[in-house]
Amino acid sequence: MFHLDEEQRLILQSVREIVQKEIKSRAVSLDENGDFPWDAVRIFSKNDLLNSLLPRRFGGVEVSYFTFCMIVEEIAKACASSSELLITQAEGMLPILHGADEPLKEKYLKRLAGSSQTLIAVGGADPSAGSGILSFVAKAIPHGENYILQADRCFIKNGSVVDFVVVYASTDPSKGGHGIGAFVVEKGFPGFLYGRKENKMGMRGIIHSEIFLRDCKVPKENRIDKEGEGVLNMMGTLSFSRLFTAAQAVGLAQGAMEEAISYARHRVQFGRTISHYAPIQFMIADMAAGIESARLLTYRTAFLFDEGDQKAHTHACMAKLLASDVAMKVTTDTVQIMGGYGYMKDYPAERMMRDAKQLHIQSGTNQIMRLAVGRDLTGVSE
Amino acid sequence: MNGRADMFDTETFIPTEKLKVFRDRIRRAATDKIAPQASLVDEEEFFNREVESLLWDVGLLTLTFPEKYGGYGKGRAVAFCIAVEEIAKCCASSALLLIIQAVGSFPILHAGSEELKQKYLPQMSEGRKLVAYLVTEPTAGSDIAGIQTTAVREGNSYILNGSKCFATSGGVAGIYSVLAKTSEAREKENSSFFLVERDFPGLSIGRTEHKLGQRGSNTTEVFLENVKVPAENLLGRLGDGFIIAMKDFDMSRPAIAAQALGIAEGALDAIIKFVKERHTLGKPIANHPVIQTLVADSAILIEAARGLVYRAATLNDEGKANTKFASMAKCFAGDAAMKITTDAIDAIQVLSGYGFLKDYEIERMFRDAKLTQIFEGTNQIQRLVIARQILNESA
Repeated sequence: MFHLDEEQRLILQSVREIVQKEIKSRAVSLDENGDFPWDAVRIFSKNDLLNSLLPRRFGGVEVSYFTFCMIVEEIAKACASSSELLITQAEGMLPILHGADEPLKEKYLKRLAGSSQTLIAVGGADPSAGSGILSFVAKAIPHGENYILQADRCFIKNGSVVDFVVVYASTDPSKGGHGIGAFVVEKGFPGFLYGRKENKMGMRGIIHSEIFLRDCKVPKENRIDKEGEGVLNMMGTLSFSRLFTAAQAVGLAQGAMEEAISYARHRVQFGRTISHYAPIQFMIADMAAGIESARLLTYRTAFLFDEGDQKAHTHACMAKLLASDVAMKVTTDTVQIMGGYGYMKDYPAERMMRDAKQLHIQSGTNQIMRLAVGRDLTGVSE
Repeated sequence: MNGRADMFDTETFIPTEKLKVFRDRIRRAATDKIAPQASLVDEEEFFNREVESLLWDVGLLTLTFPEKYGGYGKGRAVAFCIAVEEIAKCCASSALLLIIQAVGSFPILHAGSEELKQKYLPQMSEGRKLVAYLVTEPTAGSDIAGIQTTAVREGNSYILNGSKCFATSGGVAGIYSVLAKTSEAREKENSSFFLVERDFPGLSIGRTEHKLGQRGSNTTEVFLENVKVPAENLLGRLGDGFIIAMKDFDMSRPAIAAQALGIAEGALDAIIKFVKERHTLGKPIANHPVIQTLVADSAILIEAARGLVYRAATLNDEGKANTKFASMAKCFAGDAAMKITTDAIDAIQVLSGYGFLKDYEIERMFRDAKLTQIFEGTNQIQRLVIARQILNESA
């Protein structure tokens, strides 16, 4: 089912090398300082990884979703924050790729070609909405050749460094979801303002900032969707975010388990390495079983997206739910196996546990994932 | 059993009027003085001397001592757990100071001679010296018998050499209870406890650890290099170290359990406050069945943990064997705190976008909770202890 072709093998091998050489050693300071991973931007762009989903006709490598997931997984094994960079780029690209007309694609996607370091993102919801994403308050009012966008306190990844961003805003609140439009907003558009950078528990190597849109003038040609289709575009992007989060969670869990195993094989207590003790072996067995099942579901979901199968959306919710639960459990147990050492900042286990908590939450909390899957399968909509 | 039924108010599970007054006094102090600094000590990772002073002022750092040295007296294990729980609701780091002061002084309380008590306990109760418990070493965690630190008799002294790590209050204590190897005898008879003063030449403080949570507590390495300790500072008999350490657990594990219980309650309080205040689509999110399930699950775990904590503490006060219940309480309450704080972040995140951010105390509680599954015997070790007790009971 998941046979890798020569190209995929080569890509993954080079990702692995880059991660070992360049990414892993930077994970600690990224976390400690809460910095944006500029080095990762440079390294990934140089190796054509920053926008690897970008179609060839726009100057990209055009990997499949399956390949992309494996790339994300590989990076997340060593540094979840650095893998988030690739996800954020994809989230900014896909709404345009899937929804925009040719001229708009030409205008923006070409800027991501080759070793471009252009940073992009998708604009999140107002915090008062959170998972109730359809009730967000960004508004877009038509005005001559432009839309005037108004929004308070969107959360946005890459916020203060982003070059352009896709923002969802309601052109007609009375229409609910069907009133939503998708807009490309560039840094430098008047009224596009940065708020404060958030101080987070984990995934500290990726910036979350507030942005404000105050009478922000956006040309009409920058509207991505056809009237009424914005909500589909938004939900589609969210589905991909969930798939990517699942891949990231699988990688993070795998990285943590490897730390746990290595520690257990070296730590001697009661005259033997603790890897000899059944409680430790049980924990590791549960980790491995969880990771393998999450990986299979994630790959299958990616495969469904590659096939254009509509089931992919529900599967993405399941994959995100399972993989992030597994990552949370595995990282928590890694700290546990490492005992006092696991709790200390000198070892990566505690960072991985903090990072895992964000995966529980981002692109829809696991509670919302369960609701979404339950509703899809039962046909109950509310 | 009759006695126990009389002791507890079945509504609140809080025993006796005297303890209620005691609890309310601590709760006020914790809410007014300790809660407001909890985020700061976590963020800045420093040991707060003001909190320490407050805990001395209200008598909590000598609670487990005999009454003439400022102790609570009869029912002290329950009182101690109540104090730990109330403080941990607001700030786990501050509760840990209380715990380690008790744990560090157990060896002298349980095994010290009267002369030694007369000499050292006033240094704590009046001189306000903190005490640390130096057992763990880089290669000896759960495996206490694996320690490398040695104590060798030389005339009227013992000469101590070794390295201790992860010592809570290691850098701020004035007195240390040190476990050292005193013979090559088999495992459980090879070590002894010594009381060591900070000023004894050769004792030095290593680096301060940076931790995931409970960051307002001070954790350091402590090195002993040819430290000359008077022979009378040996606690109990030579070779009693392991037995003393095990006896400590009977009270320290319920205390860690009480800390976990407090963290869990603090987290549930935060959830409840949040879901009542926050509205989406015009309704409080508390109306949502997903949220209600989470609140119910958390409350069930908390009440079950409370039962175990105070059962273990009460047995200790009654002078009965409580090893099994102490381990059960520690294991269950620690796991419960971890689960509740893990879920609570989601709950606050569900309809908000907050929770994960440092501005909200719930993420601190989540990080703090993890330690309760690890120290005073990991929860894996607790399970082995519980099983061994049960299997022995039925033998």
